[in-house]
Order: sequence, then structure tokens, then C-alpha cells
Amino acid sequence: MSLLHLAIISPFLLAILVPIAYKLFRQIHTGWFVLPLPILLFSYFISYLSITSDQQSVTKSFSWIPALGIDFAAKVDGLGLLFALLISGIGSLVVLYSIYYLDKNKEQLNTFYVYLLLFMGAMLGVVLSDNLIVLYTFWEFTSFSSFLLIGYWYHREKSRYGAQKSMIITVFGGLSMLGGIILLYLMTGTFSISEIIAGSDEIFSHSLFVPALLCFLIGAFTKSAQFPFHIWLPDAMEAPTPVSAYLHSATMVKAGIYLVARMSPVFAEHSLWLWLIAGFGITTLFWGSFSAVKQTDLKAILAFSTVSQLGMIMSLLGIGAAALHFETVDDSYFTVATTAAVFHLINHATFKGSLFMVAGIVDHETGTRDIRKLGGLMNFMPITFTLAVIGTFSMAGLPPFNGFLSKEMFFTGMVRVLEMDIFNLDTWGFLFPVLAWVASVFTFIYSMILVFKTFTGKFQPEQLEKKPHEAPIGMLISPIILASLVIIIGFFPNIIANTLISPAQAAIMPVEGYVYDTHIYFWHGFTPELFMTLGVITLGILLFVTLPKWRRVYDFLPEKLALNRFYDSGLSGIQHVAHKFTKWYMNGSIRNYLVYIFTFFIITLLSVLFLKGAFKFDASNVSAIRFSEIVLALVIAIGAITIMFVKSRLTSIILLGAVGYTVALFFVLFRAPDLALTQLVIETISVALFLLCFYHLPQIKDEERMPFKATNAVISIGVGLVITLIAFSAHSNKLFDSISQYYIDNTYEKAAGKNMVNVILVDFRGFDTMFEITVLAIAALGIFGMIKLRLGGGKKNENK
Amino acid sequence: MKTNDVILQTATKVVLFLIVLFSVYIFFAGHYTPGGGFVGGLLTSGAIILLLLAFDMKTVEKILPVNYMYMIAAGLLFAIGTGAGALLFNVPFLTHAFTDVDLPILGHLSLHTAALFDLGVFLVVVGVTMIIIKTIGEDD
Repeated sequence: MSLLHLAIISPFLLAILVPIAYKLFRQIHTGWFVLPLPILLFSYFISYLSITSDQQSVTKSFSWIPALGIDFAAKVDGLGLLFALLISGIGSLVVLYSIYYLDKNKEQLNTFYVYLLLFMGAMLGVVLSDNLIVLYTFWEFTSFSSFLLIGYWYHREKSRYGAQKSMIITVFGGLSMLGGIILLYLMTGTFSISEIIAGSDEIFSHSLFVPALLCFLIGAFTKSAQFPFHIWLPDAMEAPTPVSAYLHSATMVKAGIYLVARMSPVFAEHSLWLWLIAGFGITTLFWGSFSAVKQTDLKAILAFSTVSQLGMIMSLLGIGAAALHFETVDDSYFTVATTAAVFHLINHATFKGSLFMVAGIVDHETGTRDIRKLGGLMNFMPITFTLAVIGTFSMAGLPPFNGFLSKEMFFTGMVRVLEMDIFNLDTWGFLFPVLAWVASVFTFIYSMILVFKTFTGKFQPEQLEKKPHEAPIGMLISPIILASLVIIIGFFPNIIANTLISPAQAAIMPVEGYVYDTHIYFWHGFTPELFMTLGVITLGILLFVTLPKWRRVYDFLPEKLALNRFYDSGLSGIQHVAHKFTKWYMNGSIRNYLVYIFTFFIITLLSVLFLKGAFKFDASNVSAIRFSEIVLALVIAIGAITIMFVKSRLTSIILLGAVGYTVALFFVLFRAPDLALTQLVIETISVALFLLCFYHLPQIKDEERMPFKATNAVISIGVGLVITLIAFSAHSNKLFDSISQYYIDNTYEKAAGKNMVNVILVDFRGFDTMFEITVLAIAALGIFGMIKLRLGGGKKNENK
Repeated sequence: MKTNDVILQTATKVVLFLIVLFSVYIFFAGHYTPGGGFVGGLLTSGAIILLLLAFDMKTVEKILPVNYMYMIAAGLLFAIGTGAGALLFNVPFLTHAFTDVDLPILGHLSLHTAALFDLGVFLVVVGVTMIIIKTIGEDD
């Protein structure tokens, strides 16, 4: 176990200590105990930068289940390190923010920080694992801890609803991913991602390749809230704001992005990969930004905005895969999409994290997040306003912030789709830049709504629960740091170009002997991208100003297309159908269950008998029939048939006794004296017990004959027929001689007895007898217990 | 109305011993002729049931002060003990042993541990039957 492993599991270890610290030091906010860990982790991961900057990687392995090829292999490469830095860096800021956001007297801080640490550790595990099973384990851990965090205020119904929804959707995707992992294992025989990538050329033509690809994509799409699985993210906003900022903007929702990026070297050769990822990504981008405009809740806007930005990163990753299909063109021509993806990933984490924190501050200081109630807060919260402006302008893609740069690169990537002549991209490829552009217009609009509806306009003090004022400095530190990053990266993008972006790109698309070299230019010259941005700004301002006029479009349009409704009715529909179905077949009537059992019995046995051609009738082995046998058989048959048609139960019992005694006579006839003796005595006892039951039956006025039912008749005849057929076939198909000759020879020689039946019972196979008498003993004890221990009823008898 | 069952009771007193003797015979002869612990046990309990029919429950308990629960336990112990005894002689569970002996009065006999096992069966069967009959009979 190396230091790297310790770093990954250290949040889990600290999570054990958090409740202790919470109990012992009630005066100190528990967050202070948590805060040093992510900072420590961040500085530890910084130390790896020197290795990954050279586009190298470090792998440390730790044996977990070697017999199944499952090792806890931790690998730090450009991509993993980028995510690890995001997780630990934003983790530190979120913990700091939460210290001021959550009240130590009102909130259950111990559970909050335990869940948060679990999540942090799980996320680190996801991005640093080189073993797919380990990755999956941590992946589900993130789902669970996210579930716990969303439902943190578990007394609110909406929190529980959101938590359940996110759980169902992400676990659905997680299980699908597990399917993909298993398929990959079947193809390659290893769980190690590095080894799979190394052998990815061979599996390309494998028949399981496409199913595995689809399974992985479902996993990635559900986790990263891609269309149509994005519906859980807006409902996850019921979580405390630090959680939303951390999980639902910067880290967990990027796990799907990470997965797509990580598996790109395996799957990206296939056209399906490009089409699906780019297609779903661009759809998500458009749909998310389109839906964000109609929201009235600050966090809901941010949630849809997250959805749309994730779609953007996803589509860029998809388009970037096209670079693999061109060998002659300069590589960087199409890899610009991948660069943009990585770059925007970082940018999005910075501005979205700060925006969520801003939304949390507004909520915290005014008591509402509804933009219809908010307005004119600029004068009360100047710092928050500044932060919001930086975040939203970066999100909208305005210069000089980092969002502008990544949006330019995004447009570049999308415009270059037009030049690809592979996979039929020349037919529908034009949709990519068009949708990207339209979505950017909407992004611009909601960004403006976010900042101007909240901070400018009319101040409505009567709508607010609290008198607004600037947030405490502690709460502002984290968003200030993030916003400074937005500006720093905006002005000096190249400080992260070769330390973070290029190494990540090298991990996403490893090319033998090729060293990525990224430069981000602030000024491209007069390119189509620039004009697209100008168009976005112009149209965006126009539409924002005229928003009240066209807003009614939303009133009828999305209501019909709401996927939530589909989810809700689907969920209740499944429950309804399952309920109906169970009620229909589990109706509590034993007769019905017997019908199922016997029908199944008949169908299975008959079909096997005839499908396998096992039915055979061979009379050569049959002995001659004696007259006495015919008589006895007739007696039994008449007795058995009469039982069904007699009116009185007493007659039935006596007839049953008659059948039993005739069976004893059969035993006599077939020379089985022991059986005959036992059968006689047992039949007597059981008839006596039947009579006892009969005597105690409640008085029924008119004893009626058993009503005739056609199904019952058919089934009973069927069962009789099947058993008869099987008996015939079994008798005609004897393959071996009996082993009874051994007993005949050795009963006296070895066991000193002459009654072979008894010798078999007590000597040769005494073990069975031992347990049969145990069965008898249990039956007797059972009867004794049932009769003597009738609770309540038994006591009455004692009192008499 | 109290009936006088003198004929039944007198007949029972005679017949009872015949039945018991027969059941003991069937039990011991089981290894050589039809019979054995199971039928023997059933017949013995049949004799006791006859007693129950002729007299009442309390009288029978006075005549035969047996706890049938213990009888079942003893029977199981006999059966399992016979099996476990084999382990002491380093042979598999339930390996029976027998020897031929000449006794002064009884003559040539073969003594067999299977008879002990059968005795266990006998006891369990008597106990089980009597428990069932008595429990149901005592219940109102």
C-alpha cells in the first residue's frame, strides 16, 4: 500500500473520526476538522504535476482479490490528476464555504461531513483507479453518498423525492456500466484499463464490442445528466448548496465525462461512439439551455445550466474522437475539440462552483431563491454581485473571462465538423454548429437573467424573509478564489495549457510517440467563431430585453415535452402494473396456486416427455396379470371414484379407509408382509384421526357434493395421465438390473438376519430410519405444541 | 348416565397381555420374520389405546406412569447411540455388530446391535402414537 492509496482512502478514514470529533468538540464547527484533509490532498496531488506535465503516468498497485484479477491499482496520469485536483481543490473550498453556510447548532454536522468525505474519497477512487471493478465500486459509492447528501434534509418530502430519483437513475446507469465492464472482461480477459487500452485494436471487431460500448455510454450519460437522463439533476437541488456546488456542478456529474474520456482510447475508433456522444451531448446542450431560461429558481437555472454545459463537454469529447480517423491531416486540427473539452471542464468547475456559492449566499441572506422575489440586491451585496457578474459572464462566454476562450474553441470544434467527411457527417453534420450556436444564445439569455434579475431592478423588501446584507467574509472566500481563477485563467490560459490540458489530452487520446502541445490564443483573428460569438451576444441581448414578450412560448411548449412527467408516470405505472399483476395471480386462494403448480407440472413433464422422445411402451417385461389383482384394482378404482361423487364426508372417510385396506391387501398379494402389517395399522390410525376431524367440524347445514369444475377435471385427468405415461415409459426404459441381488445374497451372510426388509431398514440403510423416527418425533412434538400452546385459548381452559 | 363396562374391562384385561405378547414377539422376531420395531411399537400402543378405551385417562396414567416425551427421547438416544457406538470401534457410523452365543436356558442365539437400534424405533413409535392420541384426547 503506497501513499497514493492512503491518499485515496484517507477521506474514508477521516469519515470514521468525524462523529467522534463532533461529539467531543461541540463548540467548534466540525468542518474545521475536515478542512485540512482536502487541502493536504490538494498539495499532495500538486506534487504529481511534475510527472504528468511530461505526459507520463505513475501506477501503484495493491493486491485486493488477486484470484479474480482485481487489484486496487491506482494510476495517476494527466486526466486522473486533473480530476483529482478539481476534487480536492474545490472540495477544500466547499468545506470552507459550508463551515459558514451550515449552522453548527441547527444542523446535523456529523452526518453532513461524513457523507461529504465518503463522497470525496469515492470520487478520488473513481478518477484514480486503473481497475474497472475498483472504479465501479467507487462509482457506486459516489451514487450512494450523493443520495445521502441530496436527502440531507430528510424531513422534506422534496429532498427525499430528489434523492430517490437520482439514486434510481444513477444506479441504473451504474449497473449498466457494470454490464459493460463484464463484457470488456469477456473480450480482453482483464479488468485493468491500461491493459484493455493496450489491446484495444483486437477487440474492435468483436461481436460484444458494440454492446459494451452502449453499456458504458448509458453509465456515463446517467451520471453526467445527459439527455434524457438529466431529469435527476434539477431535483437534486434540494441538497444543501455546498453539496450542489460540489457534487452537482464540479465533481460527480463530471464522473460520466471522466468515464467517456477514460474509455475513449478503447471505443473511439467506432463511429457509434462519435455519433452517440456528440449527438446526445449537443442535444443536452440545447435542451438544458433552452429549459434553463424558463426556471424561476436560482438553483434550478444553475442545474439546467450544468446539464447544458455537461452536454457541451460531452459533444466536444465526441467530436474530438474524429481525430483518430485522420492520419494525414495535422492532428491538432480535430483534436481542438478535445482540448476545448478539457479546458471547458476546468472553466466550468470554476465558474459554476462560484455561481452555486453565490446562489447559496443570496438564499442565506435573503431567505429565498426565487428570482421573481429577488431584485435590486446590488447595493446590499456588492461583493456577491461582482462574483455573480464574473461567473455568469464567463458562463455566457464573454471576454475577458475563461468561458470566452473555451466557447471560442467549442465553436471552432463544431465548425470543423463541417469539414469531416466520415461517418456521413457531411449530411447531418451541419446541425452541430447550428445547435451549438442556438444553445449559446439561450446560455447567454439565462446567464443574464441570473445576474440581472437578482441584483438589478426593483428591490422588493416585502417579499423577502430577512433584511438582506452582505455575507460574512468566510462565506465569500471560496467564491472569491474561484472567481479569481476565472479571471486568471481568462487572462493567462497558457499557465494551465501544458501543465493540465495537454497531459489530460494525452491520456484521452494516447498516440504513440506524440507529445501534445497546447496553446490557447486569446485572439484568433477574424474567424467565423468570432462572428458567431458576436451574433450570440447581439441576439442574446435582443432576446433578453424582449423576454417578457416571448416567454409565453414556454407555457405550452415544454409542458408537453416534460420528461419528468414521463419519469413519474413511468415509475407509478410500473408500481401499478406490478401491483395489479401480483394481486391478480397472488389472490391468496390455495386452489389457484395448486392450479398453477399442477399446470406447470403437466406442461413441463409432457413437453419433456415428447420433445425428448422419451415415451416408450414395451410390454415384454410385464408379468402376467392374475384374476385377484384385477378384482383388487377394481375395488380400489371404484372406491377412489366414489369418493369424488359421494355427498357425505363420513362416506368419503370410510371409502378412503376401504382404499387403504385394499392397498394393504395388494401388499399381501405382492408378498410384502411388513408393508401389509404397517399399512393396516397406520390406515386404522389415520381413519380414526379423520373421524376425529370429522367429529369436530363445524355444523354445516346441508352437506353438498363437491361442485364440478371443468378446469379441475382437466387438470386432475392431466396429472393422472402424465404420471401414467411416465410410469409406462420408465418401466419400458430400464437400463440396468436391480441392485437387490446384493441384499438377497448378503442379508444373512453379513447382517445376520433373514427378514430382508427389516435388515435393510435397520442395518444396510439404517441412516434413513434414524431420521424417519426423528420426523415422527417432530410430528408428535408439533401436535403437542399446537394443541397445548394455543395462546389465549389455552389459558381459558386452565382457568376452568 | 354412567355405563358399566364390566365386560369390556374384563376382556381388556385378558386381551391386553395377548396383544403385548404379540407385539413383543413381532419386535424380537423382526430380524428373521416379518415385523420389527415399527409394527411392534404400533401394536404396543394399540394395547395401551385399548386400555384407554376401556378405562379412563387417569386410570391408565396410574397403571402406566410413563412420560411419553421421555420415551421418544430415549428412543432417539438408543437409535443414535447405537450408531455413535460404532465410532468407538473405529468403524463408520451405524455399523452394526453381532455375535453368536450359546446361553444356558435360551440356547443358540445371535446377539445383534441392530436390535438396540430397533428398540429405539420401537420406543419412538410408542411415544409418538401415545402423545398424539393423548394430546388430542385430553383436548376439549
